[in-house]
Amino acid sequence: MEFNRGIRALTTACRGTFNNKVQSRSISAYHAHRQVTKRVTLLPGDGIGSEIADSVVGVFQAAEVPIEFERFDYKGGELGDNSPKYREVLSSLARNGLGLKGSFFTPLGAGFVSRNVQLRKDLDLFANVVPIKNYRGINTRHSNTKVDLVIVRENMQGEYSGHEQEVDPGVVQSLKIVSEYSSRRIVEYAFQIAQSEGRKRVTCVHKANIQKATDGLFLRTFRSVAEKYPSIEAKDMIIDNCCMQLVMHPSQFDVMVTSNLYGNIIANVAGGLVGGPGIIPGANIGAGIAIFEPGLRHSAQDIAGQDKANPTAMLLSGAEMLKYLDLNDHATRIEKAVQDVVADGKHLTRDVGGSGSTRRFTEAVIEKLTN
Amino acid sequence: MQSLRGFNAARVSFARKTVQQRRATFATLPDRTEPFTATLIAGDGIGPEISEAVQKIFNAAGIPVSWEPVQVSALTGGVNTEVINSVEKNKIALKGPLATPIGTGHTSLNLALRKAFKLYANVRPSVSIPGYKTLYDNVDLTVIRENTEGEYSGIEHTVNPGLAESIKVITADASTRVAQYAFQYAHQHKRSTVSAIHKASIMKMTDGLFIDSCRKVAARWPHINYVEKSLDAAMLQLVQNPAQLDVMVLPNLYGDIVSDLCAGLIGGLGLTPSANIGRDAAIFEAVHGTAPDIAGQNKANPTALLLSGVMMLRHLGFYTKADLIHEATMATIREGKSITGDLGGKAGTSEYTDAIISRLQQEMAKRQ
Repeated sequence: MEFNRGIRALTTACRGTFNNKVQSRSISAYHAHRQVTKRVTLLPGDGIGSEIADSVVGVFQAAEVPIEFERFDYKGGELGDNSPKYREVLSSLARNGLGLKGSFFTPLGAGFVSRNVQLRKDLDLFANVVPIKNYRGINTRHSNTKVDLVIVRENMQGEYSGHEQEVDPGVVQSLKIVSEYSSRRIVEYAFQIAQSEGRKRVTCVHKANIQKATDGLFLRTFRSVAEKYPSIEAKDMIIDNCCMQLVMHPSQFDVMVTSNLYGNIIANVAGGLVGGPGIIPGANIGAGIAIFEPGLRHSAQDIAGQDKANPTAMLLSGAEMLKYLDLNDHATRIEKAVQDVVADGKHLTRDVGGSGSTRRFTEAVIEKLTN
Repeated sequence: MQSLRGFNAARVSFARKTVQQRRATFATLPDRTEPFTATLIAGDGIGPEISEAVQKIFNAAGIPVSWEPVQVSALTGGVNTEVINSVEKNKIALKGPLATPIGTGHTSLNLALRKAFKLYANVRPSVSIPGYKTLYDNVDLTVIRENTEGEYSGIEHTVNPGLAESIKVITADASTRVAQYAFQYAHQHKRSTVSAIHKASIMKMTDGLFIDSCRKVAARWPHINYVEKSLDAAMLQLVQNPAQLDVMVLPNLYGDIVSDLCAGLIGGLGLTPSANIGRDAAIFEAVHGTAPDIAGQNKANPTALLLSGVMMLRHLGFYTKADLIHEATMATIREGKSITGDLGGKAGTSEYTDAIISRLQQEMAKRQ
């Protein structure tokens, strides 16, 4: 606990300097900022992580992105609570205020908290943002339907509180916690995204008909925040109906804001509509700190080390990170190169119906960038 | 660890068995012949018409059932003791849609039935309807949902105005009971695989206990394949390639969500049957609403209630007759000549019913 508090303080301190840099945007300061080589913590994680991280490193190098990676090739199992390695990773993230990561694999069974969850909690990364849309070149059942939505998911609380106990032999319970503070923070963030991206509608996804206290609080908070944004349509939908609507009429959704578990569910449903975990980017956002990672967070242990992984999700997460740093030219170039390679369809990996390899896909992106 | 390894070895040896060997085990199910009485709750709106259609078709198929109709309308009275008594006596009921007046009614009757008969498993098959085009073909999934505890325990409190907690309760008893039913269902319906869906990477103790219970039950059904899948991976597979899944057993909330998603794959709730299996009774019902706008006009589609009736027949052991009615229904819809307006046809409830009956009779004549 002591240690965590230390890290929070450190994060706050870093947040100050980082924010000053980005926010003082006179033109000269802007250019000065652009020339500074920004340091980013790179955590490949388990499964296919190291392959897709290599892909990003290669592409960023080819695009001459002014970024220096501080890379930690630790597996989830090595990063126990308070272990020196975990502390090393945390302080790097706090120092840099920015990370790019793959997914840590979480073994089942009691006693080991998911490293992904622990990192988010320790660094107060309250929002998970997952943009999901159709990509040209990837054919799915839903290719002819317009899918273009952003899922904004509460990232630390709710069903992921981790408070569980055995009441009696054979009777266990887990606690879902919803606070107005965290609900307001995530809902505000969702409306801000809607506003800044010119999106028209925010849908709150919940189960307040059953969980009247917890989801009820979330829904009430949503309604009160929505009043401050009269130009954006506010809707709410029950989670089970929402999943049915997603597979039948996905175009009705724009920005979706929801709690932790429901966010995990709808991200996978919506992600499945457009091609799955290999292509969808994502971000975990806190105050002055952000970690970008593939949006569906699958570590894909089954194809690890076989040069079969789709690096698209990680590359697009990297591009999102560059936008966050205001390196918009680099971001757009990389995004376009990736999208062009996907649209060509020649080097698609297996997960999206091709037979290409991670390396070949990466090379194709680099060719696009350098030609 | 040691015991787990032994368990996996058993799974692998199962996987080596051929499909024929597995089917052979299924083929030994004996058909039931003795008559039974079932409570019939016709329901509101289109309920009476579609119930009548089901009765006619069952009659034509020679099902030895005597119906005991009870009058319940959520609009007039809510729960009455007549229903409870009748279901208690017959142990089996077929239920049409009930209207949902705001605040009371439908939910309270369902809740009363669930409590009275300890209805612990909700069963929702989603099967593609031939000729009813959706983006997904050949969907054939069944969701078996634990229906008494989990996230629906109702244990919640507001700690202070800005902080609320809800408690999800999982017990070994309820998990074992629903898993046991899932395997029994797979056996009765000749399904090869049961998948336990969980989020035990996050909810290690609660969902951990759920899959642990499922795993123990699975060991007793060696001819049925058993798989454990994380909820997010399952959602993704359902959307991308639903054929990867078969029968699923889930805790309450996940079951609620997944069953609606599966209904979405086949075009919505209009044609989905369901069953509520309890310790003391089993109640079969259509999931759709009462459609008051077309009530009494011979326009309603009785398919969902009819398929619920087919589930009832399988539950009771009338396997051959259940298959017969199911086939006749699907063939009638596939042919497309006598289908109702919701499927794009022009036939009325009675023409559709008669078409199913004439197919049934042809098929039965062929077999004699």
